[in-house]
Amino acid sequence: MSGPNTDYDPVEVTPLKAEEVEAARDAALTAIAGAQDLDELKAVRLEHAGDRSPLALANREIGALPPQARKEAGQRIGQARGAVNKALAERQAVLEAEHEARMLVEEAVDVTLPVDRRPGGARHPITTGSELIADIFVGMGWEVAEGPVIEAEWLNFDALNLGPDHPARTMQDTFWTEPAEDHLVLRTHTSPVQARTMLTRTPPIYVVCPGRVFRTDEYDATHSPMFHQVEGLAIDEGITMGHLKGTLDHFASAMFGEGITTRFRPSYFPFTEPSAEVDLVCFVCRGVDSEECRTCRGEGWIEWGGCGIVNPRVLRACGVDSERYSGFAFGMGIDRTLMFRHGLEDLRTLFEGDVRFTTAFGSEL
Amino acid sequence: MKAPVSWIKEYVDLPADVTTEALTDRLTMLGLKLEAIETAGAGIEGPLVVGRVLSKEPEPQKNGKTINWCSVDVGDANGTGEPQGIVCGAHNFAPGDKVVVILPGGVLPGNFEISARKTYGHLSAGMICSARELGLGEDHDGIIVLPADAPEPGTDARGVLGFGEEIIEFEINPDRAYALSLRGVAREAALAFFDGHRGAPFRDPAQLDYPQADGAGHPVVLQDADGCPYFVARTVTGFYPSAPTPAFIKERLEAVGVRSISLAVDVTNYVMFELGQPIHAYDRAKLQGPIVVRRAQEGEKLTTLDDVVRELSPEDLLITDDSGPIGLAGVMGGASTEISAATTDIVVEAAHFEPTSVFRTQRRHKLPSEASKRFERGVDPLLPPVAAQRVVELLVEHGGGTADTGVTVAGAPPRPGEITMPVDLPARISGIDIDDATTVADLEAIGCRVTVTGGTLTAQVPTYRPDLTDPYDLVEEVVRIVGYDKVPSILPRRATGRGLTREQRLRRRVGRVLAGAGAIEVVSFPFVSDASFDQLGLPADDPRRNTVGLANPLSAEAPAYTTTVLPGLLEAAGRNLGRGAPGVALFETQIVAMPAGNGPAPIYGVDRRPTGEELDALEHAIPTQWAELGVVLAGEQERGGWWGEARTTGWDDAIAAVRRLADDLAVEVTVESAAVMPWHPGRCARIVSGDLTLGFAGELHPTVCRAFGLPERSAAAVVDLDTLMRIAPDAVPGPEFSTYPVAKEDVALVVDESVTAGAVESALREGAGPLLESVRLFDVYAGAQIGEGRKSLAFALRFRAPDRTLAEGEAGAARDAAVARAAELTGAVQRA
Repeated sequence: MSGPNTDYDPVEVTPLKAEEVEAARDAALTAIAGAQDLDELKAVRLEHAGDRSPLALANREIGALPPQARKEAGQRIGQARGAVNKALAERQAVLEAEHEARMLVEEAVDVTLPVDRRPGGARHPITTGSELIADIFVGMGWEVAEGPVIEAEWLNFDALNLGPDHPARTMQDTFWTEPAEDHLVLRTHTSPVQARTMLTRTPPIYVVCPGRVFRTDEYDATHSPMFHQVEGLAIDEGITMGHLKGTLDHFASAMFGEGITTRFRPSYFPFTEPSAEVDLVCFVCRGVDSEECRTCRGEGWIEWGGCGIVNPRVLRACGVDSERYSGFAFGMGIDRTLMFRHGLEDLRTLFEGDVRFTTAFGSEL
Repeated sequence: MKAPVSWIKEYVDLPADVTTEALTDRLTMLGLKLEAIETAGAGIEGPLVVGRVLSKEPEPQKNGKTINWCSVDVGDANGTGEPQGIVCGAHNFAPGDKVVVILPGGVLPGNFEISARKTYGHLSAGMICSARELGLGEDHDGIIVLPADAPEPGTDARGVLGFGEEIIEFEINPDRAYALSLRGVAREAALAFFDGHRGAPFRDPAQLDYPQADGAGHPVVLQDADGCPYFVARTVTGFYPSAPTPAFIKERLEAVGVRSISLAVDVTNYVMFELGQPIHAYDRAKLQGPIVVRRAQEGEKLTTLDDVVRELSPEDLLITDDSGPIGLAGVMGGASTEISAATTDIVVEAAHFEPTSVFRTQRRHKLPSEASKRFERGVDPLLPPVAAQRVVELLVEHGGGTADTGVTVAGAPPRPGEITMPVDLPARISGIDIDDATTVADLEAIGCRVTVTGGTLTAQVPTYRPDLTDPYDLVEEVVRIVGYDKVPSILPRRATGRGLTREQRLRRRVGRVLAGAGAIEVVSFPFVSDASFDQLGLPADDPRRNTVGLANPLSAEAPAYTTTVLPGLLEAAGRNLGRGAPGVALFETQIVAMPAGNGPAPIYGVDRRPTGEELDALEHAIPTQWAELGVVLAGEQERGGWWGEARTTGWDDAIAAVRRLADDLAVEVTVESAAVMPWHPGRCARIVSGDLTLGFAGELHPTVCRAFGLPERSAAAVVDLDTLMRIAPDAVPGPEFSTYPVAKEDVALVVDESVTAGAVESALREGAGPLLESVRLFDVYAGAQIGEGRKSLAFALRFRAPDRTLAEGEAGAARDAAVARAAELTGAVQRA
């Protein structure tokens, strides 16, 4: 850049002439308005607002003017460059918006394409069903008790008032371990967990025992050598059949819906006396116009399980003071409950491991 | 137990307007659960009439069979009055016999429509019916021949056959043995209409006069008064062995599901169903000397009525005579003294046997019978003289015999029991507001003699209710009469649980993590055989072959309880692929077991709690059991699609699954090379935490894949879940992390092929110092540039300080230190 030229007539500096500045500004504005995309605008910016643009070059000459002329020329150039930069910014915004709008159109995909790259997992309904039941009881302040599946004969039978010659032992066809003289069985019910609980805890006891059990049943659509039960046991002062009924009614409505209650019918189990069968109001037809109902087959009721007041003989063998405490117990099949809750036709679908079955239930029941 | 309604009504006057459904509803609520109501003759429509066979011409056929071309008088039932021509394949009839004919247009059970049709060269216009064709049981030996006094030809046969009769089938619980008789069912039916004071009028069929013992009957000696306390023997002489069984006995026996055999046998069965007392009849001519009831001696044998020779146990209670054993007491008679078509003199046995003895003998010989079913559950001990009298009366009346005046009564009936309880116990236990008067009235309604003194109730139980022994038994009686529907619904309020246990929560978490990772849970049977372990390629001495065996497996193919989750899981995977799944990722938690080897589990009494030591001994004998988690991956893990090719299972998938689980549970694990079946020996990882082996993972051995029908490169993992859960931290400390800038350094290290990435990585970690944030292997390269037998491992190292931005050169220095340590420990050379 040259220094001040005191002898120089500013009027003679061509690029600083007002008309030249206006021409350069107008040329720039025309070019900006004419830029059709961001690339063109980039070129226009370089040409009309870059370091080598006429206005930039003219700006350099201001320093060469005598002081009295500098202000006027500076203002003129400054205004022109301001107008150009403003126009550039505006055009930039317009073109960017246009560009994005076009990209959004061009980038459209077929969202109906499959997206099943990674198939999802699932938990088994016996697992999630057992958890659902456990949660209902935990919600009532109960605890979940567990025990081994290969169990001592004494705990599976004797302690539960099923003596060696009790006719009920033949009702439960038992898997014995080899040799049978070892007095070990695959537990035929989850009741030994109740016995274990009474043997190791002091009342009050409120436990629910979901678990796997075994019987020597031939495998068919409604029988399986392995199935699952949930049993409950409450031992406390003043426990009555009314508490049993209240608990099962609560369980039924939590599991099957508001208003679903239970009915007791006299029955027989060695470990309870009095004993009852528990029926459930059919949760599909609710016992109304049940003739056509496939779930309860026209009964209005569904057989759900067994229950009763814990036989004092059981309390005695398990070390509970039967003068002070009474208790109730109940039990039902988890597999069976799932079968009618979900309309399963064949028990075997639970144990085949077909992923199409399990996937249908997702990760919670 | 089946009970014809008309038979019930013989003993109880039910309200006139009560339907069978209403009766069974009430009985169900009393504890006699309805199984089914059958109506005899259901499913038969149209003309079913009495016919008289006029002629019967046998015509041998080419197929070897002989058919009979019959002319049958059916009266006016065919509309013409002319005889009806019918082809019949049975031969048990003769011209003149009255038979049951269904005419064209009729329908037999099973929607079998009858029409006139051409067969064996004749137009057969109808059918002469057998019992089975009419749905009257399985008797297909021939057609039904009606008694000569049956109504005239053309009469509707339904009345003659007892059609329209309703038969109730009950499910009888083991404690209600008295309901295994019409006497007991009728008693319950009367109780079903109990109004608080009285039930429906009941006439006890056991109210019968019988002669007293005179010592002149057939001699009986009871040598085991515990097994047989009471024995009545009566004799009928001059019996006409081929006397037919009267129709009402035959029909009723058929209704309760018993085949008619001969008058003598039918009468004993009839009385058993009527009163509940099993009876045995002996041919007196075959008896040698007195009847002696005793236990068997070692080595004795008996041929029972079913012609099976049975080796007897000294615990078996026997009926014997001078010839030796002639019957298994209360279970089954012997063949040698069986009633035959020539029997004219009969000795009738009506005895009381101890339930346990009968149960054991029945079980020992696998010989459940109608008699043992009743004895083992308990029979009214006062019945023997009554039942014997009833049998004698029927044999005399229908068999033309004479009742011998000699009556033998050996022993005496056991005395009925007495129960004492607080009179308010039924109210306290049921939660129903039951007053003392109701309790007394209800117990009297079931036949108890009740006295109440100062709040204590004493009940003398009726002899027909041997099931009543405990106070709570009386509670159940009172409550069932008051009505189970009166039990209130009250929630107990004292439960104060602490939620799920840590282990229960962790188990749920394991399932959620694996399902979240895309695996699907299965539930398999834990039954295995040696073949299962052969499929897994386990060596002969592998400890996993040491199973808990089953004494009575369902199938010889699965005689043991499994020691590993894998067999069932791999089978499930194979099943899915066999059904067309392109790939599976399955998991299962199985309770697995190994023998404790500590000898038999003790059996204790039940009159007290076992001591702590005794309970320990029990635990000690129980097989070791733990939860094993299995994961199997086979075939496609990611599907192919518009995004690219499918990704099939790799060895790493199984390890990744275990790592993901361990990470979620905040258990630090490392992976080591291992060579364990059923894995590929070069692609098997031992999962370790500290000095604990948690499990194994990797690619399955090719032979194992083939054995289970899985594609090659399938992968699997097993984890000892109990151990994993045990070492999982209870509460994970919140992590601290720096928000200062990260410095990234990549290094490529050349090592010998045999050096594992894990070894290099841990050396880098060791050398890098505290600034190291993470190390991640991002590339493995082997090729000519590296040199034979060597590989290049590229790691990305990230450095960061907790409290400042790293100074220039700090990260580089740490990297150099890391590389130096790797060089020292693994011979790694930084790649130029």
